[in-house]
Amino acid sequence: MELNVVTKPEEIMDIKEIIKPENLVYQKSELLNDDIMHYCPGCSHGVVHKILAELIDEMGLQEKTVGIAPVGCAVFAYNYIDIDWQEAAHGRAPAVATGVARVNPDNFVFTYQGDGDLASIGAAEIMHACNRGENILVIFINNGIYGMTGGQMAPTTLEGMVTATTPNGRNVDLNGYPMKITNLIAQLPGTSYVTRQAVHTAATARKCKRSLKKAIQNVLDKKGTSFVEVVSTCNSGWKMSPVEANKWMDENMIPYYPLGDLKDSVKGEHSEN
Amino acid sequence: MGELRLMKGNEVLAEAAIRCGCDGYFGYPITPQSEVMETLMARQPWNETGMTVLQAESEVASINMVYGAAATGKKVMTSSSSPGISLMAEGISYIAGAELPCLIVNVQRGGPGLGTIQPSQADYFQSVKGGGHGDYKMIVLAPASVQEMNDFVDLGFELAFKYRNPAMILADGAIGQMMEKVELADQKQRWTKEEILEMSSDWATTGKTANRKKNIVTSLEMDSDKMEENNRRFQEKYRKMEEEEVRYEAIQCDDAEFVIVAFGTSARVCQKAVEIARAKGLKVGLLRPITLFPFPKKAIQELARKAKGFLSVEMSAGQMVEDIKLSVYEAGSNARVNYFGRMGGLIPTPDEVVEALEEKFSWELSYGVKRSY
Amino acid sequence: MAKVQGAVVVDKEGCKGCSLCVEACPHDVLALHKEVNSKGYHYSYMSNPDACIGCANCGVVCPDTCITIYRAKAS
Repeated sequence: MELNVVTKPEEIMDIKEIIKPENLVYQKSELLNDDIMHYCPGCSHGVVHKILAELIDEMGLQEKTVGIAPVGCAVFAYNYIDIDWQEAAHGRAPAVATGVARVNPDNFVFTYQGDGDLASIGAAEIMHACNRGENILVIFINNGIYGMTGGQMAPTTLEGMVTATTPNGRNVDLNGYPMKITNLIAQLPGTSYVTRQAVHTAATARKCKRSLKKAIQNVLDKKGTSFVEVVSTCNSGWKMSPVEANKWMDENMIPYYPLGDLKDSVKGEHSEN
Repeated sequence: MGELRLMKGNEVLAEAAIRCGCDGYFGYPITPQSEVMETLMARQPWNETGMTVLQAESEVASINMVYGAAATGKKVMTSSSSPGISLMAEGISYIAGAELPCLIVNVQRGGPGLGTIQPSQADYFQSVKGGGHGDYKMIVLAPASVQEMNDFVDLGFELAFKYRNPAMILADGAIGQMMEKVELADQKQRWTKEEILEMSSDWATTGKTANRKKNIVTSLEMDSDKMEENNRRFQEKYRKMEEEEVRYEAIQCDDAEFVIVAFGTSARVCQKAVEIARAKGLKVGLLRPITLFPFPKKAIQELARKAKGFLSVEMSAGQMVEDIKLSVYEAGSNARVNYFGRMGGLIPTPDEVVEALEEKFSWELSYGVKRSY
Repeated sequence: MAKVQGAVVVDKEGCKGCSLCVEACPHDVLALHKEVNSKGYHYSYMSNPDACIGCANCGVVCPDTCITIYRAKAS
């Protein structure tokens, strides 16, 4: 739909005329509570939480959903979305989710994990949960840094990137290479839908929501593990303003972690890439 | 009378799990307890009772699967042997901190490290003092027969749910591997969804419904005042266990001048040792703790009023002996407490035990009175 | 062609002043206020309300979900 901007003063409506229930086009999901999130200003976590809450609400899944929170900044995710939650030990969310999904296969179970949690300490758990094709959704927030502990190097930290534990920049001879774990995940026959998204602009956030919706539907259809990476910012850890962090992400993170679907099939089929 | 069978201890664990209506087993192979999962996989209980059985990628994963499944209010368990239990220590601490009920079986082998695959009781401290980080306790049941391997599965779940706390069966490789006659329980139905909601809807993550607040299972609390409050609540629970759940067996203790204290396989050996000692005219009894936590402190203190000495017989370097000493000391008794044991996967013989008793209490045996310090 | 006009309501106390909404707005409707909320953040507000088309981009990118959006056809 093409939208015309009202420019003529005589045609401008009084703002009170617009702010009426029948004109509402966007509001906070009822599944998000009114607590102000503990995240730093501009943090991508808030956007992903919001999308998730909207989808659980829109798809009518509140009574079926069990969320597994990680260790990391999203450790308190359970404070914000009005669903049942479990808080897992560091990196163990996929095993915890497996436990839930195996004894209650009718639940919709998801894990919400950061890069340190998923790609470092929890590398074994995520690989094997995805390899078994657990009917769970994995949301992987990749901002290339450990936020909660104060900005240390993550497995996904880019080469040369300065963190608290790579003060001179990540040196691959010393620290190894930034890990594209989502590409590894896509190789596992247990996964059905593996995608890499972002939420730093309205367009990417809307696209991310569509991807997450598809991922959830795949889980409900018992197609295997769905895995959604969200390339994200950590402006505090990166020591930038939120707007600068978005720009830096576009210029540095996304070229290394390109957005798009890596796999779209059903459990048991091997990825082509 | 239930069905009688000749079975291995490890096989019985599996059979008892199915029959008591267990909802899920998550494990990882390790000698000497691999038969637990092997038996379950062969029995395919998912066809019969709907019980889930899953081979995890590690003990770390197993215990976290148990965490997730237990947090839904279901009856779930894992089993392993010593090195595997060390890997589970993190998860057990989280389970205790999140107050989840579950059953963990440790069919002990000798350590430290990879140690040996032969039986041991060297995980006593790890089991009764916590094992993982933080102030927590598990209910620890020590079976001394294949029959008790059967009975303690149901009992372990009962206690775990009564206290919303992990319970452990602390067996050893000998009981896991040996075959004995066992009377199996009749098949119990698994709990229905409605039964689980009725019991656990105030905490279990079954999916938030309109009639209740969301349930959050976590061990995390950033407010130190609240975290201390949580710890006080845990400690109260552990004190209640100490009041209500102590289980032990006293054999020929009424007139005992010397009391052997032993659990599990050691207790089986010591039962024979008591016979040998009695035949020699020594007034020896056996106190067999069945719960290692809560420890039968009062029973020991009662015996300490008359007994001249206690001999802790363990397949370790002497761990339970510390709890006996504490009990005797707190009772103000001057009965001497000694230890005898074997390590490295060796089991003491009854003759060795009697010999140790005579040697370590030679003063009391010579003079016929308690030795004062 | 329908002419539309939008309005953005910012929950001033929920706003952390990250200014992602300001960047996301295609018509420069939003800005950070020179005043601060009780937490000390310069909160977002409609500095140029007449230009709003109610596209909701600001709401979609807001990490703190403190933006509500309305849209009406201009009469």
